[in-house]
Amino acid sequence: MGASQTRTEKYQDLADKTGFSLEQIENLHKRFQRLSDNEETISREQLDSIPSLANNPIRKQIIEAFFDKRNQHQNEVGSCEEIGFEQFLMVMSHFRPPSLKTTEEEKEAMRKEKLHFLFNMHDTDNDGTITLVEYRKVVEELLSKSGDIEQETVKAIADAAMLEVASTNVPHMAPDEFYEGITFEHFQQILKGLEMETRMHIRFLDVDTPTLRCGKSSS
Amino acid sequence: MPSRTGSHSPTGIGKSLPERGLLLLMVLVLLEGSVIPLGAASSPDTGHQKNVDNHKAEGEKNHTKKAFPVLDLDYRHIQTPFEISLWVLLASVMKLGFHMIPRLPGIVPESCLLITVGLLVGGLIKLAGEKVPPVLDSQLFFLCLLPPIILDAGYFLPIRPFMENLGTILMFAVVGTLWNAFFIGGLLYAVCQIQPANPNELHQLEILPCLLFGSIISAVDPVAVLAVFEEIHINELLHILVFGESLLNDAVTVVLYHLFEEYSAAGTVTVLDGFLGIISFLVVSLGGILVGAIYGILAAFTSRFTSHTRVIEPLFVFVYSYMAYLSAEMFHLSGIMALIACGAVMRPYVEANISHKSHTTIKYFLKMWSSVSETLIFIFLGVATVDGPHHWNWTFVTVTVILCLVSRVIGVVGLTCVINKFRIVKLTTKDQFIVAYGGMRGAIAFSLGFLLKKEEFPMREMFLTAIITVIFFTVFVQGMTIKPLVELLAVKKKQEAKRSINEEIHTQFLDHLLTGIEDICGHYGHHHWKDKLNRFNKKYVKKCLIAGERSKEPQLIAFYHKMEMKQAIDLVESGGGVNLPSAVPSTVSMQNIQPKKPPPAKPVEKALPKMTKGREEEIRQILRSNLQKTRQRLRSYNRHTLVADPYEDGFSELLIKKQKMIALEKKIKDMNYYLTVPAAPPDSPTMCRARLASGRGTDFKPAQQQRGNKISPDPQSYSSKPAMDRVPTIQVDLASPQSPDSVNLMDEFRRADQQEEDQGLTMKAPSGQSGFNRPGEADRGREQQKLTRCLSDPGPSADEEEEEEPFLP
Repeated sequence: MGASQTRTEKYQDLADKTGFSLEQIENLHKRFQRLSDNEETISREQLDSIPSLANNPIRKQIIEAFFDKRNQHQNEVGSCEEIGFEQFLMVMSHFRPPSLKTTEEEKEAMRKEKLHFLFNMHDTDNDGTITLVEYRKVVEELLSKSGDIEQETVKAIADAAMLEVASTNVPHMAPDEFYEGITFEHFQQILKGLEMETRMHIRFLDVDTPTLRCGKSSS
Repeated sequence: MPSRTGSHSPTGIGKSLPERGLLLLMVLVLLEGSVIPLGAASSPDTGHQKNVDNHKAEGEKNHTKKAFPVLDLDYRHIQTPFEISLWVLLASVMKLGFHMIPRLPGIVPESCLLITVGLLVGGLIKLAGEKVPPVLDSQLFFLCLLPPIILDAGYFLPIRPFMENLGTILMFAVVGTLWNAFFIGGLLYAVCQIQPANPNELHQLEILPCLLFGSIISAVDPVAVLAVFEEIHINELLHILVFGESLLNDAVTVVLYHLFEEYSAAGTVTVLDGFLGIISFLVVSLGGILVGAIYGILAAFTSRFTSHTRVIEPLFVFVYSYMAYLSAEMFHLSGIMALIACGAVMRPYVEANISHKSHTTIKYFLKMWSSVSETLIFIFLGVATVDGPHHWNWTFVTVTVILCLVSRVIGVVGLTCVINKFRIVKLTTKDQFIVAYGGMRGAIAFSLGFLLKKEEFPMREMFLTAIITVIFFTVFVQGMTIKPLVELLAVKKKQEAKRSINEEIHTQFLDHLLTGIEDICGHYGHHHWKDKLNRFNKKYVKKCLIAGERSKEPQLIAFYHKMEMKQAIDLVESGGGVNLPSAVPSTVSMQNIQPKKPPPAKPVEKALPKMTKGREEEIRQILRSNLQKTRQRLRSYNRHTLVADPYEDGFSELLIKKQKMIALEKKIKDMNYYLTVPAAPPDSPTMCRARLASGRGTDFKPAQQQRGNKISPDPQSYSSKPAMDRVPTIQVDLASPQSPDSVNLMDEFRRADQQEEDQGLTMKAPSGQSGFNRPGEADRGREQQKLTRCLSDPGPSADEEEEEEPFLP
């Protein structure tokens, strides 16, 4: 009884932090335990072994995002080897949908937060800019599952995209200047058209529906 | 059309009398003046009517005479097509006229004005004492006027938002329409039963005709919705909600209509009938989609093999779609749904298969047909209003209008309550208001009402009057007020911005990311299923339906190629000093991020770069490799879009040869005039012309452009040479290491060029180069002009080149 009491308290605490409902946390916790084989923490390999992720071209980045300390609402950088449930939940909270009651400012904050998450995924060395090399890597990964793509094409696309960013943000550049890379402000600017706050979200289930479970449901 | 033919022949000389009268007058004058010395007293001053009569008389006379009629007049012979053309002409001219009147289109929606024109034309016909033709006859409407509009909508349906909101759309379309139909029908019946003290005709109205009327009047009309929503530029979500509803409710309307029509005749309804109705609904909607999808796949499959006969490519799209519509209508399935499904299914595959030109053709034809149809529909609506046998019943009409509004509002608000429980992005009160307010009724309702038979429905005229009133109310009152309301409420507008490559990258990235997160969360959301479907499509379907390498091309690369192509075409089309609507207006160029293509530049800082030797070398290196790449890609692009070109192989050989020649020359710096010599014989204008004249000019634009650009700097680097402007045919290989100067300058040149010949600013350049800038630029401009001319009309420009050749040094 006491144990469950503390558990609900802990959940309540998490709910305040992440904005999830208690049911959603309960659900995610079940999933977490299933993925981690009832351990306290989860490792990269365990996430990597989710069967339905196998076909995802950006699988590596997604998994990496979970272990990225920048996504934990703390001012730390670097990545950890293993994450606990709280960190797991924190990462998930970036994908919460906006509700009807959210005000404009909240929406803006939410949007920024989501964009930051994306930005961090691209900015692998955490220097505040997405360099051309990093951007090429993104495009390469994106196309990695679509058969043989010439390296040249990948480069060309990333270059064109970079050029676009540079020219929309710094329209007047002396020819000998060098565009270092995409800063977060520029990143926000180019993705203005994508309504991130209404698009970057998934549906978190309130009720546990075993039929909808996938992956390690048998374990 | 056939129905119109039938209806017209008895009326004799028809409708828009003034115009025709005028025409006949002219013909008569001509006849009298020159050919037939009839001498009959048909002076041009007499009234139109008289002329017409005279004319008939003449015709008969001609007949009885034995002499061979040198010029005969047989109006009946051409009557139907002539009148159709007249109507179309009237519609087009009217459309043209509205956009000429300043400020008017901003205030009144086009649909309102067109209806007004229709009313005027109808009135004129009536005044002239002619019988108004049943223009909005159901056959004509459903078989000729409606399909182009729906196909246009279906082919260009924004699939992504449509699928993302499918649940909401279906809810509004099915449940909403059902609710509307029963609410309006039921309450109308109730209202008709009141007033027992004042027994009137409404008492005889039974419940089933009421429900039938309700089902006719409840459906939101795609034509009216499109006409209004196109003008208010509302955000994508609301647009697709209202528009999607108007498309998908067709199945409900069809079923309800047939159901109630059937039962009204029989008089009784059992539970079984209701059950059959539900089954029938499923059959009608799913059957329609199935028919459409089958034809869509057939069209896609056919387009796989059209690479040798590009000219008929667009036709397949139209014919297959029309067949889908007709086949669906044959079984009383939902033709609209079939068309939508057909268009949406075939589009991605067809677009990958057909040439760029065909794509443009399809686009323009669809837009043209749909806009003419729309115009005609609204005009006919006006004409039919004047014509129709009206039976105005105040109670009935007012109650109908009020009920329509009330039920729409209740329906939308009630349904959003339910829907918002499931939606992640909730519909706000504003959204609900716009959805409710955007529920226009239109010509489909009228045509369905028109189809009713007088014997079975004695109230037909009253129904028609009420329907027309509701249509007019929605189109005029709501249509005119919705724009100010949207602005007043500050509803989010549509962003007009072009899709950028970054957005495309991130859209795809997001898709994969969300799918991945869903997978980690461990439940199958719609991202998961979308991903599955996408993979299935890539793996199997595309292989069957798309010819050649394109089937394997990932979406991102396809998008990139398209973008590149567009830019190239923009570049060529904006050639002769026209302002370039450049996609990337800035001075940021390859140096800045070491990219692949030099982007267009902004007028302001056009100073040529002062850079260090090392830097310059580096840039050259980049340019060289990139240009090489670009050309290669362009060539491979041509393989997809062009008919197998007999010159292709020979051409590339020549290219290499010439490259070698030019490279050689480059070494001999001062022998600049040699440049033209080797270029001329092998790949001379003749060759170029031959390729262009074979009607594939545009597909070659990028390549041409590439060549044009390459050549342009030459006059500059070789101390100006006016003769250089015969250039489009010369191949200077910039990628060859021997031409570093031209490579370097080319970039500058292109930029200079694109900034609308802003020569003054280029003068800022370092002294060494600025001297050459002006003549070079002028050359470039001329050359560009010629290039475009040459592309659009190979003949004359080719001649020009021929003439110019002798004067070359």
